[in-house]
Amino acid sequence: MTSSGWIIMALSVGSVSALLAWCVYKVFTVPEESEHVHGFEQEPPDVQESTGRTSQIRRRTRR
Amino acid sequence: MVKKIKESWSSRLGVILAVAGSAVGLGNFLRFPGQAAEYGGGAFMLAYFISFIIIGLPICWAEWTMGRMGGQGGFNSTPGIFNYITRIPAFKYIGIIGVLIPVIIYMYYVYIEAWCLGYAVNFLVSDMSFSAVSESSDFWGGFIGVGENGSALGFGLKQVGFYLILVFILNFILIYRGLSKGIELFCKFAMPTLAVIAVIILIRVLTLGTPNPEMPDRNVSNGLGFMWNPVKNVVEVQDESGNWVKDHEIVDQSTLDATIAAAERSETTRVTHITVIQQLMNPQLWLAAAGQIFFSLSVGFGVIITYSSYLTKKDDVILSGLAAASANEFFEVGLGGLITLPAAVTFLGVAGVAGMGTFGLGFNVLPMVFANMPFGGVFGALFFFLLFLAAVTSSLSMLQPGIAFLEEALKINRKQSVVLLGMITVVGCGFVVYFSEGVKALDTMDFWVGTFLIFVLSTVQIIIFGWILGIEKGFELAHAGSAIRIPRIFKFIMKYVSPLFLIVVFAMWIATNVFGLNFQTGKAEYSDYIRDLFIEPNTVAWLTICLIGAVAALFAFIAYLNPDYRKLTKKD
Repeated sequence: MTSSGWIIMALSVGSVSALLAWCVYKVFTVPEESEHVHGFEQEPPDVQESTGRTSQIRRRTRR
Repeated sequence: MVKKIKESWSSRLGVILAVAGSAVGLGNFLRFPGQAAEYGGGAFMLAYFISFIIIGLPICWAEWTMGRMGGQGGFNSTPGIFNYITRIPAFKYIGIIGVLIPVIIYMYYVYIEAWCLGYAVNFLVSDMSFSAVSESSDFWGGFIGVGENGSALGFGLKQVGFYLILVFILNFILIYRGLSKGIELFCKFAMPTLAVIAVIILIRVLTLGTPNPEMPDRNVSNGLGFMWNPVKNVVEVQDESGNWVKDHEIVDQSTLDATIAAAERSETTRVTHITVIQQLMNPQLWLAAAGQIFFSLSVGFGVIITYSSYLTKKDDVILSGLAAASANEFFEVGLGGLITLPAAVTFLGVAGVAGMGTFGLGFNVLPMVFANMPFGGVFGALFFFLLFLAAVTSSLSMLQPGIAFLEEALKINRKQSVVLLGMITVVGCGFVVYFSEGVKALDTMDFWVGTFLIFVLSTVQIIIFGWILGIEKGFELAHAGSAIRIPRIFKFIMKYVSPLFLIVVFAMWIATNVFGLNFQTGKAEYSDYIRDLFIEPNTVAWLTICLIGAVAALFAFIAYLNPDYRKLTKKD
């Protein structure tokens, strides 16, 4: 193998290994179902209908 | 309509491993190394990583997000999810593709899964000593009945029938147990086992050195060079009519220096260097890299969208999607890229491996390699057991969309759905196994469903996400409950770049694989798949198309009958 081959291999294997390691770290350190970045929950339209939230949203939009 | 979700995953790790298990399959260990070596390691990897960023991850995130959204509406299969998200009735029929693909692929994938188990057992308990690739090729031919239709149905140790029944039953037992007790539990054990076996084999391969001192060029370093060298050094010789034709490829520096020196003294031999830039100018390299990313990540199969529909609205999809994709990349680049070709080149040399396809490499070349390796029986058994595990985690995922669709559309329970899907897949699998001559039925299904329809479904999905649902709303939905954020640049990528890139790649794929266009020579000749249907009609190819059409028609009829799908229109 040429030296450029070694570099390509190291970069390729290293990058996928680093990405996996970072993902594993995040998966095990971020608590499940409590990580809300936005502070809002997007409801599917049907759920909104069933809870009456759609009409409230519409009223707010009109104002 | 709000429907109670009956099933769910038990943990985030579980769903990540299940999706990663779905993605990690034979392609990671057999197809990827062959593609990377054929198109030059460095150039291929560049195109590969670019494709990962502009189509792999975007479609993956779009599928996870749309699946979870559909699941909140009580839908777990693509007809229901597409209908729910778009509110366009026609999309429930387009969504049928997302059920058809995994069900049809399962029909032949389970057959290949049985080959892997059969090879593992044979390496462990019987004599698998091959002295030439032709011998292992003959064994494979006899094992799967490639010579004559109906000849694969034997039940001996060296025939596929017994293993096929075993893996079929295993798959349906696991799928019957449900998401968390079946698929998730199996993947939680299978994926770590897969990684451990792969690392053991990797250590064995990297310590092979130069097994035959009489052939010093056949060593691990050259095997890695064949796979990863960015510049391809090709020795060409002049034929009688004065044309330069490729003779062989050189992968190690010392041989290259010696050959260049010899070529300078010869008028009929020359060494050409194909640089990374030159290789990147080849459209077929981009097609191969994008195709590999595409098929490897299991995007456009209808699997991820079904799996994610069982998440709750607070479950993260961005990190989970990225984690599953990165696990697949690690198995593919970090393990598959270091095992298969280096092992093959170490025993057979570059010339003996070049140009081998997925099946050729996996079931003809590698058995011969293991047969000649110290403790080859053990390592051969381990390697094919690794492929078997990878295949089971994938085939399980192919059953869930069908199960979910039948449960949802026919209002039946899981037990009834498993039985019904079992009957459909037994017929299809029996068809594939019976028409084993030249693996014609398998090949036809793989081309039209396992490749063509996957392109179609992926394109539909990214268009729904970016244009019908809308990129802003799509991003809002994706970030609900997310542990990490998608960089903003992906809004532009997912709306414009991904669909465009996908359409261009799809058009190139049709040009090369349907119309047989060679971008480098400019010559075009219809592919075998077109010839089998329209130019020199082949009965088995036509029967296969009829089978696919019958299953599609059945699913479309079931979708038509379902009142929940009909209820949802834009007025809702």
